[in-house]
Amino acid sequence: MKSNDKIIEFKNISKSFGDKCVLDDISFYVKKGEFLTLLGPSGCGKTTLLRLLAGFGNTDKGEILINGENITDVPPHERPVNTVFQRYALFPHLDVYENIAFGLKLHKVPTDEIDRKVRKVLKMVSMTDYEDRDVESLSGGQQQRVAIARAIVNQPTVLLLDEPLAALDLKMRKDMQIELKEMHKKLGITFIYVTHDQEEALTLSDTIVVMNEGKIQQIGTPTDIYNEPQNSFVADFIGESNILNGKMVKDRVVEFAGHQFDCVDEGFGENVDVDVVVRPEDIYIMNKVEGGQFSARVKSCTFKGVHYEMFVETDKGYELMIQDYNAFEPESVVGLIIKPADIQVMKKERVVNTFEGEIVDETHVKFLEETFECEHQDKFAAGEKVTVEVEFSEVDLIDHPEEGMLSGEVHFLLYKGDHYHLTVETDDGDHIWVDTNDVWDKGDLVGINIAPKDIKIVKRND
Amino acid sequence: MTKRSTWALPYAIFLVLFVALPLILIMVYAFQDGAGNWTLGNFTKFFKDTDAINTFALSLEVAIENTAICILLGYPAAWILANKKLNKSAVTIVLFIMPMWINALMRTLATAELFHMLGIQLGKGTLIVGMVYDYLPFMIYPIYNILDRMDKSYAEAAADLGATPWQVFWKVQVPLSMPGIMSGIMMVFMPTVSTFAISEFLTNNKIKLFGTIIQENINSSMWNYGAALSLVMLVIIGMTSLLQDNKKEVSGGIV
Amino acid sequence: MKRFFAQCYIWLLLIVLYAPIVFIAVFSFTESKVLGNWTGFSTKLYTNLFTGDMQGGGSLMHAIQNTIIIALIAATVSTVLGTIAAIGIHNMRSKAKQAITFLNNIPMLNPDIITGVSLFLLFVFLHISQGYATVVLAHITFCTPYVVLSVLPKLTQMNPNIYEAALDLGATPFQALRKVLIPMLKPGMISGFILAFTMSLDDFAVTFFTRGTIGLDTLSTYIYTDARKGGLTPELRPMITIMFVGILILLITINLRKIRNSKNAAE
Repeated sequence: MKSNDKIIEFKNISKSFGDKCVLDDISFYVKKGEFLTLLGPSGCGKTTLLRLLAGFGNTDKGEILINGENITDVPPHERPVNTVFQRYALFPHLDVYENIAFGLKLHKVPTDEIDRKVRKVLKMVSMTDYEDRDVESLSGGQQQRVAIARAIVNQPTVLLLDEPLAALDLKMRKDMQIELKEMHKKLGITFIYVTHDQEEALTLSDTIVVMNEGKIQQIGTPTDIYNEPQNSFVADFIGESNILNGKMVKDRVVEFAGHQFDCVDEGFGENVDVDVVVRPEDIYIMNKVEGGQFSARVKSCTFKGVHYEMFVETDKGYELMIQDYNAFEPESVVGLIIKPADIQVMKKERVVNTFEGEIVDETHVKFLEETFECEHQDKFAAGEKVTVEVEFSEVDLIDHPEEGMLSGEVHFLLYKGDHYHLTVETDDGDHIWVDTNDVWDKGDLVGINIAPKDIKIVKRND
Repeated sequence: MTKRSTWALPYAIFLVLFVALPLILIMVYAFQDGAGNWTLGNFTKFFKDTDAINTFALSLEVAIENTAICILLGYPAAWILANKKLNKSAVTIVLFIMPMWINALMRTLATAELFHMLGIQLGKGTLIVGMVYDYLPFMIYPIYNILDRMDKSYAEAAADLGATPWQVFWKVQVPLSMPGIMSGIMMVFMPTVSTFAISEFLTNNKIKLFGTIIQENINSSMWNYGAALSLVMLVIIGMTSLLQDNKKEVSGGIV
Repeated sequence: MKRFFAQCYIWLLLIVLYAPIVFIAVFSFTESKVLGNWTGFSTKLYTNLFTGDMQGGGSLMHAIQNTIIIALIAATVSTVLGTIAAIGIHNMRSKAKQAITFLNNIPMLNPDIITGVSLFLLFVFLHISQGYATVVLAHITFCTPYVVLSVLPKLTQMNPNIYEAALDLGATPFQALRKVLIPMLKPGMISGFILAFTMSLDDFAVTFFTRGTIGLDTLSTYIYTDARKGGLTPELRPMITIMFVGILILLITINLRKIRNSKNAAE
């Protein structure tokens, strides 16, 4: 990559609002002319990042370069970028023409040139006859076109789009996606697009930056991100997927769902715990059990327009989602095959909860700002700093937050074939990961208990 | 972004200088004698001064009576105005609002002149009638506002659950319109208890109200005593507004 | 039947409420010095009012002039000060916002007499001689809160990205203010100005305590002194009538505009 191909570069950007860290050491660059999408759930920091680039708000740390020039301290009106805002932000006291001409007039462009440029962009967004209209009399889609026209008429180096289609209905959204893509091709300027809609991101982008909780999860082309998610968050967020606990037996052999499979991954080591992702359309399903790698019983089958979506229970009791063009009757027994190239193996981010703790006395240890009872020990003295480990499956969640040692909220959940893997955020903002068979929903308030026998105390490494 | 919050700075300084400081000065002067020594003398003087105490009591009495009459006359009027079946025209509403826009002194003067021409002896009776004249619109307007915006489905739901029209009125509409009544009380009680010119006009100077005493003391350079009397009035006003704040919280969701 | 009684009640109240004003208006068209004594139709009081040819010379005209000038200055300054303040308050964090809104509410909740006495004590304390300037300052004090309260809702209703959109399109903060923010806040500023103007016109108590002893009179204080002297200047009758009609026309146009606007919005 030649350095002059980088039109924008983010270097170690961090930003907090009060105690909440919304961007945590973000670094990446944008290539000239590409369509780059910042994708993530609400609150992941993608809009904040876009606003920092536009100049609304200051970074706590790090710098932003445009064409190699540090613009971190340049005020918004002097930055060579224009923004299409989520709720359009058209000026209600000006008509369509005046809205679009606003930026040009400020730059003292001659009147006849303004006229020419405004008409050109109006034509481009197919709004030719609307120039005298009051912006508030326009439909959502029309307002969106005017907002885009108002931005591109200034010929910015980079066009920023903050969830521009979020307020439109589905049909309109699809049409606008196509138009945006064409506009990008025609204009040849760099687009940076923010969305929480993974389908939109996959359709539009050259490059996708997946973000969660202020961190970049993965950067890549839509195909990369879809086919080779780097962690379970990306796998779950992009498209449908079966995510299962697995074990890398040795190079090119992985065990999951109670069977061993050939795969293409190497270098994980032997007998290492991993996460395995298999896309539902990558599982081959057939009527004969013979010839399959393993068998399963169909539990449900739903027609989804183009394909059928089936849930099956495997011979070893795991639930998998399968998409196929053929329907298989519920209760029928089927054979399944997964090809080595369709198995995506990911390193586990963690295999056990680890907390920083402090010994209180022989039977008590303090961590997560709470004192827990533990089994009698005399290896560590009171006041000693230790590491506390708790298995995912040994954390008990209960319905009533007030009855738990700690209380928290279910933040993120992942179905892993035979159990749920939850991320629970405590009231103090710490995370606890939990494996459970009970069904919880995102946002549920829960009580958290840990039995004394399940608290493992080890020496702190540092 | 945070920079624009500094735009409020000039006004903040203005408020401190012209709102906070003057109120602090009332307190300072109230607890000082003419020579600037700290004292409670102004208050003991007030409590020993039967004239002042009587006037104070009379002011409260007149204010309470006026407020009560305004509620009794104003609530039905507001209720009728807000009821689309009973009142279709917007003109009547404008007519009720309009007196609020006209100089109170002028209206009072006109009223007093009318009494005078009709040969009615000016006194406590004319004082109360005249005040009701002046402040009735201030009671009707807030009550009308809240009744007009009130969701009709509350009344329908109550009727559906078996309430008679009378019960609907007392158990649903009146409680829901309490915030309107409360701000009506504020808008009527406060100016009545603190008025001075109006009472002079309406009684031909026969009856003094508390406001008049404050004004007389200030005008005859008895600043400290005047400040102490003002502080007494501030306490009364403060108590009334506390009453309203509490009610607002209870029914905060409606407004 | 119910509707008939309801209408009777409403109109009875209105008749009683308006009787004094109508009575004054009727007797503004006669020359008699004493109210209630009809000495034939005449518009002499009106001509007197405008030519200033009356008992006591032009002091009534002076008072009217003062009233209008003070109201104009106070309303203008309040509108500027209040609008800038509202923009600042809108962008404040909650603690500071609470404090300043609390202070802002005080002049509206305080009875006039308290505002008057407190400002009087302030000017005494600061050894500022009282007159025109102190009256104007006092009027700004109780007018600005109304402007702030009229402009703030416009800011909260506004799409928070509008100001940023202007900056994004290359406007400096000042240009964004002039070309986008102010035009959008205009309706709030106008109603704030009107409120401030009428508040100032109506005021008696605050002017009374802050005008000092230089003989400055506004309409209210003029009426007060006049009435205390016993006789009401006859020319006040056409004055009251004109103001009444003026406000009637103003209110009707405002309400008509409101109705028209809501109809337009419904289309």
